[in-house]
Amino acid sequence: MSVDTLERVVETTVDAGVIDCDIHPAPKGPLGVMPYLPPRWQEHLKRFGNNFRQPFTGGMPYPRFGDGNRVDARLPDGGYGGSDLAFMQKQHLDANNVAYGILQPLAPNAQSQRNLEFSAALATAVNEWQLEAWCRPDQRLKASLVVPQEDPEASAQEIRRRASDRSFVQVAVAPRAIEPLGRKRYWPIFAAAVESGLPIGLHVGGFGGSPPSGSGWVSYYLEDHHSNAESMQALITSLVLEGVFEEFPELKIVLIEGGFVWLPALSWRLDKHWKTLKAEVPHLKRAPSEYIREHFWFTTQPIDEPQKPQHIRETIDWIGWDRILFSTDYPHWDYDDPATALNKIRMSEAERRMIFRGNAAALYGLD
Amino acid sequence: MIDLGGIDCDIHPTVNSTADLVPYLTGYWREMVPMRTMGMLDLASYPPSNPLSARDDWRSANGRGGVELAKVQREALDAFGTRLAICNVLYGGPVLYSDDMAAAICTATNDWLADQWLSRDSRLRGSIVIPTESLELAVEEIERRAGDPRFVQVMVLCMGEMPLGRKHYWPIYEAAERHGLPIGIHAGSSYRHPPSSIGYGSFMLEDYVAQSQTFGAQVASFVTEGVFEKYPGLKVVLIESGFTWLPSFLWRLDKTWRGLRAEVPWLKRRPFEIVRDHIRMTLQPIDAPDSGNQLERVIDQLGSDDMLLFSTDYPHHQFDGDAAMPDLIPASLRRKILVDNPLQTYPRLQEAFA
Repeated sequence: MSVDTLERVVETTVDAGVIDCDIHPAPKGPLGVMPYLPPRWQEHLKRFGNNFRQPFTGGMPYPRFGDGNRVDARLPDGGYGGSDLAFMQKQHLDANNVAYGILQPLAPNAQSQRNLEFSAALATAVNEWQLEAWCRPDQRLKASLVVPQEDPEASAQEIRRRASDRSFVQVAVAPRAIEPLGRKRYWPIFAAAVESGLPIGLHVGGFGGSPPSGSGWVSYYLEDHHSNAESMQALITSLVLEGVFEEFPELKIVLIEGGFVWLPALSWRLDKHWKTLKAEVPHLKRAPSEYIREHFWFTTQPIDEPQKPQHIRETIDWIGWDRILFSTDYPHWDYDDPATALNKIRMSEAERRMIFRGNAAALYGLD
Repeated sequence: MIDLGGIDCDIHPTVNSTADLVPYLTGYWREMVPMRTMGMLDLASYPPSNPLSARDDWRSANGRGGVELAKVQREALDAFGTRLAICNVLYGGPVLYSDDMAAAICTATNDWLADQWLSRDSRLRGSIVIPTESLELAVEEIERRAGDPRFVQVMVLCMGEMPLGRKHYWPIYEAAERHGLPIGIHAGSSYRHPPSSIGYGSFMLEDYVAQSQTFGAQVASFVTEGVFEKYPGLKVVLIESGFTWLPSFLWRLDKTWRGLRAEVPWLKRRPFEIVRDHIRMTLQPIDAPDSGNQLERVIDQLGSDDMLLFSTDYPHHQFDGDAAMPDLIPASLRRKILVDNPLQTYPRLQEAFA
């Protein structure tokens, strides 16, 4: 018998249903959120479209395979995966016993628009669309409050305006911003989030203009996709070293789709070199790893698959089983199936319940 | 003093100022150095006064570390019973914007290293510094040094204009492979780009921690571009990169490759296997807790005894006292890290041990 796997078939679903912390709703067609924009910005969108810090008017800087979704998520009428509630209910929410699903609207991308007024109008539209097209028709779905992040004051206004609507369970900020998010210019967003009792959810992505590596633009989508994990490490470094958690001791941060297996090594590296260079950051009262342990949560997809699955177990033992949140990334191509994705990781029933439901329920205030 | 009897794969003899290099410059550049205030080309990644750039007890009277041969001999070589040490000079030549100026300073730096250090202590070996972004001049510099067996690798900085696996740089790897020279990628940035994909942060500490993330990107670049398929004899050494991040980095790279391997059809094996065959890492800094079993776990996760090469990173401040080889390193690995792995990695060192 291998110590890495259980002999019996593993029941991965939790009786009361799982909480999926990363579901991507898509608008019906490229102009799907149009009705939620005021006329001035409808006209702008038609005429000028998106304006990001990347070379193409449509699509992504690194072309995906297919449309980036599971092939079987495409609608029977050819519509884009994730763009129809009934189909999503049938294929994912009902089939996988999803008690709650946290929406992560990535397109249209409001956060990274270079025109800040358009960014604000689009964020408002995306938020309205989440409520009307998804959360109101299906109470299992919870929204992420999208903000025009490069205008932190406008972001704070959008947060405060919607904070009383409990359909919103977190503030959605893109990790790749113009500057590292720990810097003071973004603090109004954190102040409003804390005041509203909302965590910050950082789903990988964003067009901040900086290349995916410290040595410039990579060649392949494969590399760009992996660089998401490195972005998250730089993000934690920035938030901790700038003293964000000294200023906002109640702030909670959720890192979505960026992995977590790198966290021990990052924490060790931060702690080690902080000891030598701490005079540079005298505002820190504790070792970096202590802030990390207190303020960060991580979603599971895409779950890492080392040759020896116990390496994941050892990693979570170090991070804390209370910090890991299950996610599928439905309907994207690298979707993790709740019935199979984590099966190789040896877990107690209590640990399973925490990851698939309990941790997210506690964090997001869902029963 | 302890007698490890090892091969130290990363020490830093240090250029005091460009004045040190003037005797090795040709006429035009001798004039330009004072005329254009080129006196101080220290890398922004390693400001001399920064606590990480030199341990206090390893600094000379002028406040800098690594500037006196006798002190380096005593503190870096004798103190650890070091049999051979590879000198990696971190100075501004490779990051200058002008091709010709970069080449001139790199050539002078290599001449200075040979004349002032390698010729004065038979334990010392050197890395060839090159004007990395100027292909023809970079290859010329490799050809110029390749006949001198004391130069044992070609060194580039971790953060440059482009990811190092890209075809643009392949003439460097062709020359390096042909001459039996590994490519050493040393921590440090030319600051052509922010240190991470999220932009320019505020702190030196932030930049230093981010180095390991770009080392990861360089590993991914060398692997995905197929450099090792093209140059199967090539070895790449990550120097002062830290190494505890590598296993978890490769778990994700393996998984992403499995999903997206149609994009890189020339790869026939998992990235982790390619990395085990071609990439090596120096020991210091050891980014792991000083106690407990975490370090042992990481070494287990590497799944190879061949990848780590002993280094002190002298005079950088990575450990106190003589704890270059902490007790947490499994006893069974010590000889490999100290001697066997460096000899396997650097063919030019083998003669000294014959």
